[in-house]
Amino acid sequence: MLEIRQLHKSYPIGDSSLHVLKGIDLSVEKGEMVAIMGSSGSGKSTLLNIIGMLDEADEGEYILDELPIKNLTEKKAAVYRNKFLGFIFQSFNLINYKSALENVALPLYYQGMKRKERLELAMFHLEKVGLADWAKHLPKELSGGQKQRVAIARALAADPKLLLADEPTGALDTKTSHEIMDFIQHLNDEGKTILMVTHEEDIAAMCKRNVRLRDGVIIEDVKVEQVRAKLYV
Amino acid sequence: MFKFLLEKDTWQEVFDSLSKNKLRSILTMVGVWWGILLLIGLLGSARGLENSFNVLFGDFATNSVFVWGQSTGKPFKGFQEGREVKLSLSDAKKIEENVEGIEFVLPRNQRSATVTKNFLSGSFQMAGDYPLLDKLQKKKLIHGRFINQNDIDDNKKIVVISEDAYKQLYEKDAEAIGTYLIINDINFKVVGMFDSGNVNMGPSTDMHIPFTTYQQIYNQGDRIGWMMITGKPEYDIKQIEEDSKLLLKNLNNIHPEDKRAFGSFNLGKEFSKMTGFLTGMQFLTWFVGIATLIAGVFAIGNILLITVKERTKEIGVRRALGATPFEIKRQIVVEAVFLTLVAGLFGIISGGLILILLDYLFGQGADAALVNASVSIGVVFTALLILVVLGTLIGLIPATKATSIKPIEALREE
Repeated sequence: MLEIRQLHKSYPIGDSSLHVLKGIDLSVEKGEMVAIMGSSGSGKSTLLNIIGMLDEADEGEYILDELPIKNLTEKKAAVYRNKFLGFIFQSFNLINYKSALENVALPLYYQGMKRKERLELAMFHLEKVGLADWAKHLPKELSGGQKQRVAIARALAADPKLLLADEPTGALDTKTSHEIMDFIQHLNDEGKTILMVTHEEDIAAMCKRNVRLRDGVIIEDVKVEQVRAKLYV
Repeated sequence: MFKFLLEKDTWQEVFDSLSKNKLRSILTMVGVWWGILLLIGLLGSARGLENSFNVLFGDFATNSVFVWGQSTGKPFKGFQEGREVKLSLSDAKKIEENVEGIEFVLPRNQRSATVTKNFLSGSFQMAGDYPLLDKLQKKKLIHGRFINQNDIDDNKKIVVISEDAYKQLYEKDAEAIGTYLIINDINFKVVGMFDSGNVNMGPSTDMHIPFTTYQQIYNQGDRIGWMMITGKPEYDIKQIEEDSKLLLKNLNNIHPEDKRAFGSFNLGKEFSKMTGFLTGMQFLTWFVGIATLIAGVFAIGNILLITVKERTKEIGVRRALGATPFEIKRQIVVEAVFLTLVAGLFGIISGGLILILLDYLFGQGADAALVNASVSIGVVFTALLILVVLGTLIGLIPATKATSIKPIEALREE
């Protein structure tokens, strides 16, 4: 599903440069739920950005579903992001002047889907996250947990191969975090491949595999017994 | 490439983004609205002023020169210096026949006259005229008619008087037409009255009687007081003046370089100064209007640029969700063009309203300062076109800025 070999990335800082990723090897199978962990500055977010095609590696290979991701033009990257990837952000990143429904429909808009169809499909996904009644509401009228559920619905709307989550529970309280994790686990149960960045151990424990980064290298990569979030809800 | 303009979704996006940021959109539009309002208002007023000049001066009279005889300044062919020069009807005829570019030559006689009506009397300038004068000087007749060919043929004793003369000679609200005036002891029937107007072209005359009547009464014979020479619009009136004078000198045995023999007043020359002023004003209007317009468009660009900074995150999210840089640019450009266009249309409409107001305030009546203050539809479309082009160009600046930010930077948590 996802193959990364000898990935390097450095950022220029003034005259010198900061070597953030120093040869990452990672392989993720379909249906996995992987937590990428590490303290801040360990390179976990950079790795996620490269996987998310928001950033490009300096060196190394990245193959997504047998498709080499290399030297993409901005346009091609946009199309791949739209087709293959769903993003969930820490701060939700909903568009504040669009209703929940319109937010969910946005990736479909960029696919060129007709308005009626995409609103129907968006509604289906909103129902799935249990927010059908909130479809017409603006993000500011929703609670944090609801916002993140809208964001998840949006990430799912285009039926991506891979779901990327950057600290999805970082801005939520414990109870809501567990609700969201429960939901993400359900998605994984249905077969979605999920990659998430987190620095919280209890959240990582709810994944099936933990990859630990330190100073730009993987120091640990273990399969874990998944803790079901349902137990806490 | 422009198919997207017909898609409802494109406009939905633009409409959403603009209508949900109302204050921003309105502020953005004010600049362009003001610019086009000024452009239309100024251009319309300039046109109105030009029209009012044209109405005052008439069509033909502007390309005219008045010529009269004085006394010679140089001896010539045995004649001494200081000889009095008298123009004659045949001189007028010869000029009309021989000088290139002549439209009309109008001979006139003039003297002052004492006019009496019952117990009221006054001293006025009286002229013997042809019907053509009405055409050249645009006499605005309030009552009755001007001199006609019949009057000329039959040496009729009729007179057309000015409103000023009427006020001096008649009781308030008395009927003038059909009454008789005693002009230098001879009875004349009043057939018309004209508005004296603000601007008098050449010497002002309050009494007009038929040319032939004048000739007969004052034993004028062939001699005339002065003549008004009007050139065709495409000819230079200064050249006509020179040609005519040279011909007159030739006919009257006057030294070709005698500068004193004929007096003249070149209306065309004076008028061209005026039109030069008008052209200058129009240029100024365009300059000010377009400069304001550009300033307005820059204001739009500026605000969009700020907005883009504000919307960095949104743009980052859109790109993460699969918007190509082109789609982002396109949306921002469409927003810019839409804003400029709507603001421009509002500007055109309110500019039109201002012109209506100006017309109402200054454009009424015969002495209006602005006549038909208006802007041609071509100008309006040109302005709109300029707006769209400028809107596109100015929209490109924030659009490029928006897409130059990598989505990862846009999404970075603060």
